[in-house]
Amino acid sequence: MTSPIPGALRTEVARDGETIVYVARERLLDAMRWLKDTPGQDFDYLVDVTAVEFRDRERALQVVYFLRSLQRKVDVRVKVELPASDELAVDSVWSLWRGADWLEREVFDMFGVTFHGHPDLRRILMWETYAEGYPLRKSFPLRGRFSRAEQVRQALNINPEGNYSLEELSIAEAAGDLPDEMRDRLQRGERGVIPEPPPAAP
Amino acid sequence: MKHVGEVKSSNYLLAKFENLIDWAVNSSRANSLWPMPFGTACCAIEFMATAASRFDFARFGMERQAFSPRQADVLICAGRLPFKLAPVIRRIFDQMPQPKWVISMGACASTGGVFDNYAMVQGIDTIVPVDVYVPGCPPRPEGLLYGILLLHKKIKGESLFDAVKRRDEQPLDDKGLRLAPETIDEISEPFGNSVHQFRSS
Repeated sequence: MTSPIPGALRTEVARDGETIVYVARERLLDAMRWLKDTPGQDFDYLVDVTAVEFRDRERALQVVYFLRSLQRKVDVRVKVELPASDELAVDSVWSLWRGADWLEREVFDMFGVTFHGHPDLRRILMWETYAEGYPLRKSFPLRGRFSRAEQVRQALNINPEGNYSLEELSIAEAAGDLPDEMRDRLQRGERGVIPEPPPAAP
Repeated sequence: MKHVGEVKSSNYLLAKFENLIDWAVNSSRANSLWPMPFGTACCAIEFMATAASRFDFARFGMERQAFSPRQADVLICAGRLPFKLAPVIRRIFDQMPQPKWVISMGACASTGGVFDNYAMVQGIDTIVPVDVYVPGCPPRPEGLLYGILLLHKKIKGESLFDAVKRRDEQPLDDKGLRLAPETIDEISEPFGNSVHQFRSS
């Protein structure tokens, strides 16, 4: 069966009756734009972006997009398979759905998938200097890579104010409620940069 | 009140001056604890039940909940503490004026509980000094009240004049840690069911 969706490799029907479309990685944006803008498709709402990792050398990771058309009340899932040999990267759909911003950041944070064209790709759940890797990968140990003492040390050395985003800082600035050091950061346009914790004692 | 002095007759009371001061100070402190709730999870629901009318910890002098650390006496950590919140609770603790006490409410705050994973602090005593641990998942309000009463007992045993029993600041060391790294590793060891999980699984 040939699909009208550009870049579609094959189509499946999930057990719950939903359609799953596998799309070539290079043509993801074409397919997504077609799904969003074609009259009669109108998938105007990006419900979620997530990823699946398999214990399989051939296919490393799948990035899964859940789309919904609010008018037509139908859903579709779009999947992109990332080969293990290549860099884990895919184009960002932020240009189509602004809501993809945090969803893609979460996939980046948990799986280490790079989204090309994302405006602000940084960690969202873990803090930005988190150095142990990507927690939801199969190779990630359940209790993290570092010792508990090192984890506590790194956590205590985070500056909690470093997690404020530029938006939060500018809201505080508008209220005239911003400490000088943060106003400097705002003027430099720095966003959410945390100073490195001091090096571990030998 | 045995430690205060001995009543020889109804007309006078024999006591050391220091003990009288301690008794007065400690009774005032214990009976007007202002809690600073740090609720992160389901324990906070039980905490709210403890504060509400049926259980009502205002009966024990905790009428005023301080939502600012600067007017609080006892920090109640109700719920699991992720590493991301570790510097936050430490800063809140540092902002509280002395004398200050900490109650660790529930299994997760005390030990990490079921969350023996990469994201969770294995017991808040690796971050702040804890006075009373309340077990339970979550503890019932009676459990928290019992913990509060134990804290009253502890406060009444303190002394302004005895360096051992006096409360002092416990700052972080030069590495930014409260305890030695070996101690943190030791108290964060897996226990119970999670010893059967491999570190790599």
